[in-house]
Order: sequence, then structure tokens, then C-alpha cells
Amino acid sequence: MSVELPKLGGKFIQMEDEIGSMASIIGASIGGLKSMTATSGPGISLMQENIGYAVITETPCLIVNVQRGGPSTGLPTMPSQGDILQARWGTHGDHPIITIYPHTVPEIFEETIRSVELSEKYRIPVILLLDEVIGHMREKIDIEKVDKNKSFKRKTPDVPNEWFFPYERNSSGVPAFADFGEGYRYHITGLVHDVDGFPTSKPDQIDAFMKRMFRKIDDNLDDILDWEEYELEDSEYMILAAGCVARSAKQAIRTLRDEHGIKIGLLRPKTIWPFISSVLIDKAQDKKKIFVPEMNMGQLLLPTQRFASSICDILPFNKINGEAIYPHELVSFIRRNI
Amino acid sequence: MDKKIEFYESWCKGCGICAAFCPKGAITMDKMAGKPVFDEEKCIACGLCELRCPDYAVIIKKKDKE
Amino acid sequence: MEKNVVHKYLRKNKKFPHIWCPGCGHGVIMSSMLRAIDKQGLDRDDVAVVSGIGCSSRTPTYVDFNTIHTTHGRALAFATGLKLAKPDMTVIVVMGDGDAVGIGGNHFIHAARRNMDLKVIVYNNNIYGMTGGQASPTTPSGKKATTARYGNIERSFDICELAKATGAVYVARSTSYHVQALEKYIHRSLSKKGFTVVEAMTHCPTTYGRLNKIKEPVAGMIYQKDHFIMKAAWDKLPEEKREGKFPMGEFVDIEKTDFVSKYLRLIEANKE
Repeated sequence: MSVELPKLGGKFIQMEDEIGSMASIIGASIGGLKSMTATSGPGISLMQENIGYAVITETPCLIVNVQRGGPSTGLPTMPSQGDILQARWGTHGDHPIITIYPHTVPEIFEETIRSVELSEKYRIPVILLLDEVIGHMREKIDIEKVDKNKSFKRKTPDVPNEWFFPYERNSSGVPAFADFGEGYRYHITGLVHDVDGFPTSKPDQIDAFMKRMFRKIDDNLDDILDWEEYELEDSEYMILAAGCVARSAKQAIRTLRDEHGIKIGLLRPKTIWPFISSVLIDKAQDKKKIFVPEMNMGQLLLPTQRFASSICDILPFNKINGEAIYPHELVSFIRRNI
Repeated sequence: MDKKIEFYESWCKGCGICAAFCPKGAITMDKMAGKPVFDEEKCIACGLCELRCPDYAVIIKKKDKE
Repeated sequence: MEKNVVHKYLRKNKKFPHIWCPGCGHGVIMSSMLRAIDKQGLDRDDVAVVSGIGCSSRTPTYVDFNTIHTTHGRALAFATGLKLAKPDMTVIVVMGDGDAVGIGGNHFIHAARRNMDLKVIVYNNNIYGMTGGQASPTTPSGKKATTARYGNIERSFDICELAKATGAVYVARSTSYHVQALEKYIHRSLSKKGFTVVEAMTHCPTTYGRLNKIKEPVAGMIYQKDHFIMKAAWDKLPEEKREGKFPMGEFVDIEKTDFVSKYLRLIEANKE
């Protein structure tokens, strides 16, 4: 980006640390720019405090986290899916968040654009969660598919400045964003604030603010959630997997179907947070078992159990040795367990 | 000199800085009320009390003679 | 009726008196800043005031500009992003001593090093006032704090020396007592391009004052009057007479191209 951005009139800066990187992209977004940062491992932990600041101030921005094995400095640069729950609950306090989890290089390209749009549209930081396996992979991207003239613009105020409420409770749940310098002089704070942007400690105002923050996401799940169904139509068994594990799962499904006659398919969340709970409940209905392979000790397993444990059996497959999950491992695990 | 001392009592927290550093001793603190009392006669409108008031509770207006 | 200069810039929808303790020097620094902004003739739509966390950081709430109250120590990093997005905006960063050179020390030295065009005002009360009076990096050796009950055994930072060493283009120190000089230095910093630091010494009657027997606001200002000496006089003072005294005045005033100007040139040279 340090090479490409100046050519397009964009700005790049290498900050002193990841705390500063996260802070500066929020500052840039307040100034009206689309902004992003990228990191891995300890860097994402350092960013957590200011990710919370972006949530509470409703400042759009994109954070790319290429996961490595952890904790601490952990396993640079070996694959892991250890940050799935951190992406949801990494910053302190109750809060909504959007996390997108692509599984191929072209999909990273498409989903980055979608992530920025979601972030601007719902005024929320979006985490683009990647696997190291895909982060270091080269695949073809069809750039021509992207309409370069189409660029999502955030909703800005359409009232004179005296009538502008920066955190207005409107029907969409998403207030208009006034970029600094446009004549709407207002206050932005990490303290819980009322519609005028100033801190409040009044329970009714706190309640209204917090609930609107959740409502703007919960009311728009149709737009935010995205997932892929692979060979699910006639399947008796289902794999729920994300990222590079879903690629191994697809290969395993081919083998299980073609060589062993097992009717199995894949449900792959592309939007990982908020979780695709209603889709899972729907797809789980006619399944005998759900397999949840992941490169951690059961992070996707938790929401899967929460929504589907009363519907069918759920079996985890966990691998945390710094290697990807291979298709043949899934084939033998699934054959042993059906 | 023509001048006007504006004092906003409800903004004043009674810290006493204005009185302590008035070069002409034109401000005294009312011990009971905990608020300053201004002596217009002694005041030379130097404005130091206004500059040092942490609560923007005193404004000295100078009116130049025609 | 024409409004008083300070009142003109206060937010009309905020309740006054403000949150600061009776006699706290922070209010004096804020009014000095407002007068300096007025003198510089800035359009308030083109001014941003960014703060971190702490007593000083309540400043943005009260002033009618584009204002951000960020996280503890990180104000300069937020301001860096904002300045990149809005190169023509005057970005003033108000921080406390602990905020600026304690938790935010790393951002401070690097914003200075890369010469970001940010106007820093450090409200230095020598203590973490809002969080309960813990020792800050500027609590003088021997002075008390709630985490240094027997007197501070650490050395303290000289913020102006730090700013000078890390590359600030303008560095000055004044106090809430020396209010005219304070306004003058802030005004000078606003007229310069590049990373500027005005260290405003402020008395904290509530925490630092109580612990160190200067609890009356007036006593705090008398202390400043007696212990801060203009640089010219300080330079002539023999070493043995400097004990317990501090220099004030303008320490650095140089010209250097700032980061954003250089970056805009880089864009110009590499544009497709």
C-alpha cells in the first residue's frame, strides 16, 4: 500500500506501534477518508482498545487480521484460527462487531470491498479475518470485474448544522456521519454519549444508546450475513467450517461422496460475526451430524453448539500444531465418526 | 477610565485567585459568601483577574474615552 | 452586545461552571488557548481539538470546534490520522503530563520525530489527577503522590527537553500564573507549521496540592510565581541557585518541513 496509495492520491503512514495504527485510521476516518490497517498476532491484541473506541464512536474503518498461532508471539508465520472469538469479544465491554472471513485470494479481494461498504454503511469497525494459509497464497484475481467508478459513500448530514445530532436515533439506527471540517462542529468521545455526542450517565440515555448500537446490526442481518452452501442439497451430514479449513472440507466432501458414497455437504460462513444462526438452525434440521473442524480448540464450535445442539449431534475436529487441516484427515475422521 | 466589571456569580467557585493577585487590591473575598467583592474605584481595568479566572466568571470591559 | 473572547468559543449547549475543581489551573490554560486561537483568526470550522484521557482531556467537551476525546495517551496518534485526512485543518492536541509522556510517550516522541503539524499543549500538573493522584513521569523527585507516599524516588521527565531532543520545531513553557506569556506562546505555536509543544504548568489543588502541602489554589499560583524563572535569567543563574527552580520561556523556534507537506509532494511526484 505504501507503493500504490500515493499514486492514487491516498495516504499511507507507518505508525510507531499497532495502538497508534488503530488510532490513526480512526482519526483519518473522522476526517472523511476510508481507512484501514493490517496486522497479525500480538498486533491485533494491541489494537483492541481502540477497536472499542471505533465501535462506541461509530467510526467506520477496516482491520485486517491474518491469524497466526498464539498466544503471545506464538507461531509466526504458521496458520491458526485462534482469533475467531477475539474478533468477536476482543475489546472490553458489550458491543456489536462485524467480522468477515474469506477463503480464497479472489474472495479476499471481493470481501475487502464489501467490508469497507458494510463499515461505512453501518458505522462500525469491520474485521477481515484471514488464515495465514491464504494470506501467503497466490491466486488469480479478476480485477476487471470490479466497477472502479462505483464507490460507496457514507451517509452525511442533510440538515443545517444547528439541527444536526451526531448520534441521532433514527429509524435505520445509523446516524449520518459528519466529516470534520464540513461545518458540523460536534464532539466525539469514547464515553457513552447521548444523541448530541456529549457524555451521559443517565440510565435511559445509556440504554437507548447501547440498544441502538446493537439494533443497527441486528435489524440488518439480511444485508450483513453471507455464507456459502456446498453440496448441502441432499446431504445427511454437514461440515461447518470457515477460511482455509473450508477448502480442505470441500476436497474431503468430494472424496467422501465420490469414493465412499457419503452424502455430506458444507456450510461456510463468510460473515462470521454476527453469526449465521438462523441459517445454521435451518440447515441443521435434516442432518444426522455436524462436523466442526477448526485450527483451534473449538471457537466456531461454541456458536454452533449454542444454536444446533438441540437439533443434532455436533462433533469437533481440532488441530493446533501449526499445520493446516488436510482433506485426508477430515476424510478419515468423518468416516470413523458416522 | 471608563470600565465595567461583569461578574457571573454562579460560575464562580470561590477559589480567590482574582483577589490574591489583583495589583491594586481592588478585590476582596467575602468570607461568608466565599465570593469576590469588586471595588470599582480601585480597579484599573488591567484585566489580570479575567485572564487568571479558571471559571471565566469575571469580565472586565474597558471603554476608551471618546 | 459583543461577547467576551473566551465566552465566544464556549459551547452554548454545555453547562458551566465546568467539571474542574475550584481553583484548578486547567481553566486558565483553556482560556489562554481560546484567546490565542482568536488572535490567530482561525475559522472554527477548520480547527480540531483532540485530547486523550484525564482532567486536561475534558477541554474539548467545552469548546466550540471539531472535538475528539480519545483514549488514554493516544491523542497524538488519532490526531496524526486526522491531519493526514485534513491537511489544512489546525489540529490542536491537549494532553496531561501522564497522558503525553507516560502512557502516550511513544506517540509523543514519534509525532515529534516525523514532525507532524500538530499543536500540542501539555497541561502539566505533575500528577495523574483524575485517576486518584498516582505519580506521573513528571512528578518531581521527592514529591508525594498516592503511589509515592514516601516521596518519589524516580527521576522526572523535562517535557520541553524531551520535545527539543525529539525534533519539535517550537518548544515553550509557561504556567497558569504567567498567563500572558502562556497565551503568547500558544499563539506563536499556532502560527508555526510543524510539531509544536507548549508545556503549561498548572497547579492541582486537589491531589498534588493536598499531598505536597500546596492545597490552596492561590498557594499553587504563588509557587509558580516564585519557582519559574524566565530563560534569560535562568541561564545566568549559578548552578547552586537553580535547585528547586525551573526555567520558562521559548526554548526552540526553528523551521523544518512537516510530514504532511512532504507527503503531499510525494503524491504530486508519483501521481498516475
